[in-house]
Amino acid sequence: MELCELTAHELLEKMERKEICSKEIVESVYSRINQVEARLHSFVTLTKEEAMLQARKIDERLRKGEFSGKLAGIPVAVKDNICIRNGRTTCSSHILENFVSPYEATVVNRLREEGAVFIGKTNMDEFAMGSSTENSYFGITRNPWNLDYIPGGSSGGSATAVASNETILAIGSDTGGSIRQPAACCGVVGLKPTYGRVSRYGLVAFASSLDQIGPFGKDVEDVAILMNVISGHDENDSTSVNLDVPDFTESLIEHIKGVRIGIPKEYFVEGLDVEVERAVKKAVEVLKSLGAKPLEISLPHTEYGVAVYYLIAPSEASANLARYDGVRYGYRSPETEDLLEEYEKTRGEGFGAEVKRRIMLGTYALSRGYYDAYYLKAQKVRTLIKKDFDDAFEKVDAIVTPTAPTPAFKIGEKVDDPLQMYLSDIFTISANLAGIPGISLPCGFSNKGLPIGLQLLAKPFAEGILLRIGYTYQQNTDWHRRKPKL
Amino acid sequence: MYLSPFFETIIGLEVHVQLRTNSKLFCGCSTEFGAAPNTHTCPVCTGMPGVLPVVNRTAVEYAIKSAITLNCEVASRSIFARKNYFYPDLPKNYQISQYEEPLAENGYLEIGTNSGRKRIGITRINLEEDAGKLLHSVGSREIDGSLVDFNRCGVPLLEIVSAPDIKSPEEAYTYLTALKSILKYLEVSDCDMEKGSLRCDANVSVRISGEKKLGVKTEVKNMNSFKAIQKALQYEVKRQVKALKDGERIIQETRLWDEKSERTDPMRSKEEAHDYRYFPEPDLVPLIVDEEWMEKIRKTIPELPDERRERFIREYGLSEYDAGVLTAEKALAEYFEQVVKLYRNPKVVTNWVMVELLGRLNAANKIVEESPVSPEQLAGLLGLIEKGTISGKIAKAVFEEMFSTGKSPQAIVTEKKLVQITDEKEIGKIVEDVLKENLDAVKEYRKGKEKALSHLVGQVMRKTQGRANPELVNKILKEKLASLI
Repeated sequence: MELCELTAHELLEKMERKEICSKEIVESVYSRINQVEARLHSFVTLTKEEAMLQARKIDERLRKGEFSGKLAGIPVAVKDNICIRNGRTTCSSHILENFVSPYEATVVNRLREEGAVFIGKTNMDEFAMGSSTENSYFGITRNPWNLDYIPGGSSGGSATAVASNETILAIGSDTGGSIRQPAACCGVVGLKPTYGRVSRYGLVAFASSLDQIGPFGKDVEDVAILMNVISGHDENDSTSVNLDVPDFTESLIEHIKGVRIGIPKEYFVEGLDVEVERAVKKAVEVLKSLGAKPLEISLPHTEYGVAVYYLIAPSEASANLARYDGVRYGYRSPETEDLLEEYEKTRGEGFGAEVKRRIMLGTYALSRGYYDAYYLKAQKVRTLIKKDFDDAFEKVDAIVTPTAPTPAFKIGEKVDDPLQMYLSDIFTISANLAGIPGISLPCGFSNKGLPIGLQLLAKPFAEGILLRIGYTYQQNTDWHRRKPKL
Repeated sequence: MYLSPFFETIIGLEVHVQLRTNSKLFCGCSTEFGAAPNTHTCPVCTGMPGVLPVVNRTAVEYAIKSAITLNCEVASRSIFARKNYFYPDLPKNYQISQYEEPLAENGYLEIGTNSGRKRIGITRINLEEDAGKLLHSVGSREIDGSLVDFNRCGVPLLEIVSAPDIKSPEEAYTYLTALKSILKYLEVSDCDMEKGSLRCDANVSVRISGEKKLGVKTEVKNMNSFKAIQKALQYEVKRQVKALKDGERIIQETRLWDEKSERTDPMRSKEEAHDYRYFPEPDLVPLIVDEEWMEKIRKTIPELPDERRERFIREYGLSEYDAGVLTAEKALAEYFEQVVKLYRNPKVVTNWVMVELLGRLNAANKIVEESPVSPEQLAGLLGLIEKGTISGKIAKAVFEEMFSTGKSPQAIVTEKKLVQITDEKEIGKIVEDVLKENLDAVKEYRKGKEKALSHLVGQVMRKTQGRANPELVNKILKEKLASLI
């Protein structure tokens, strides 16, 4: 078995016993990348030299006993909308194709301090706008389970890299499901933390009130380890919450007796793929057999989630993406006559179609005369959606749903139908609107051999219960141990 | 100024002042004025991808302090908002400001007018970030394209919007002077229009007296001094009155004041066709101001111009007018009090500060803070007069010398041998010489012409370069003249 096939906690144990060193892990990961990357295209940028240097330094410090980071020597792939100092951060966009960040994201800083080795930046939908990683300026990423299928998105590169052993761990961002949905599509574990749990400083903003950075891992244990490193208040992010961070690995206990799990009836309706429904219901049975108490609940405003999301997210995006004007950095259209033309051409040529569509939607929703009817109304409904969850969590400890309505779809299948594409996130969007944490774990496979994801949701800052349920589930199932054949 | 009595002027002012915090509103960069371009910048204030703003607590405190002083209701919860527009001096292409829920509302500022004290309403006060600066030339050299300097970008601004309570350009001038005075007393802003730390736009309309409805207003911009504001408003009021008299309609528009031609001209309409698409800033949490914080800030509010004026009248026996002049500017009031501390005759100090010091400062176009004569030096000079070391007349010459050289009065008096002659014998000798040399005047005096005496005094003073003690000269002259009879 190659080192790249192991989990972070397995590798950390081996490191602890001095059986292996970081250099070997990184080499193993890179040899895997050499093998499969041409077919998958998980990465926008690979930084092998820096990674090898980092690994050697960490090995050296470990040998001298100077260092004991929580992720010492473990490879981590970072989504390309998170800034690493002096590295390219493109957001998979032409407009930032050559942007080199002069500063480092708080999350990257925390990973670095704990000894993580950055192996590269992963592909994504441009500016995290999409559900299939087809909206990347640098080309699509393919699902490792079937190369004709999408890996989900927008963090498709991170999910693919973890699923295909091109990395051990990965970081993504989730604005409407962008961690959980690709995790489901690729058969790995992905967690979207509570809004405010992880600093957004250095995450290139898409929709500020919804964006949250989170971990990808091969199992729940790895996700918990990564959560321990990236969580916590950051004085550079006013929206990060100043709360003590629990040790998430303490939630890794195989015990869910009496845990109340809610099954929202609004999530099991027409449009839900039968194989997905079957797999999720089976997972509920497993949880029940382990002592959990399933309970049907109602989240009455669920049906408005997508509409609310596609008003709020584009509105915020229309302002967040205004800074890409070619004046200070990034792509600038050559030979324009005046300022207005420079703006128009730079942005017209620099952004892809989906990004432009959302900027226009958002600009419209915020315009004089429309603000009340769109943005403000959406905010009001958002409050109602949040209240649905507050009410639900009075009765249950966690909510169980499918992560996505279908398994991964075919490449190209929905590119010309934005609305169908948007519906891929129908089950994940509400968690972002409500600011609550959610996790996706593999819970089965379709007839075509594509993974199916189980989503667990909890109340704010209750990531622990998600990890506990997920861990218990994984101790009793082996979906997460299956690997794509590449 | 000419204004038909049938028309009434309505003015509202929007003032922006830079708060004199050490660092910017949303990042740690310095706010220092005049640094080399783009040296006070960081990823946050240059709008790099992925950065987030963090509110500067001191800026909020300065804003609250100003709001309390301007009698506003400070909101216990206010929110920041994004104001969206594209311009190269605005790195994010939106400005973080406040819109629907500002920091403070419903205050007022009391000003003195010809018809007594009057309250000008303050509609709202809010915090926002300043933009950078575009350069279209370097010195006198035209450049190909434009350069942008982000040093100013993110400097905290306080926007203070008055109600349309101002009834004339003169009142606008008084309001601005009073506002500046207060903000300088609070030490929250330099309020220096030349450096751009105070900027002012005006909304102007006129209506027929007695009319209830407000007339159509224009917004006047681009004034760079209080005088310019007054002039621009005078022009604009006249223009609107004339237009109405000629049966024309006023168009709601933005007009720019042109200092050279002394007129306002409409801004190109394309430049003002903005829809700012305000919405709450999702990167910042609501600004919560609790009573405890308010109380803490309230305690830092110093004595303000009005209180100080009253105290000067009470404590130093100054006239209303003198107290008003001396307290209008914090620095001047403090200068005055420092002199008084060292030379305990407020009346004399008042005279010297108001006549000599202010006269010289104005002539030299300097502010009190730049005075070459320190309060200690002025007190020293007054001490020399009191001790009789120099005469009051000589003292004025010494003051002039102090002002131009910055030297101490003692040094100047010694250097120039200006010590007063009070030795009666020495004066007696000089008087005798003068009498011998001016026999005609002596004769005249004997004939009873008192005027001759002052001629003789003048001669003595001339011989001593004004150093002889005038009372002694008078006394000795009279004695000698009497003995000659």
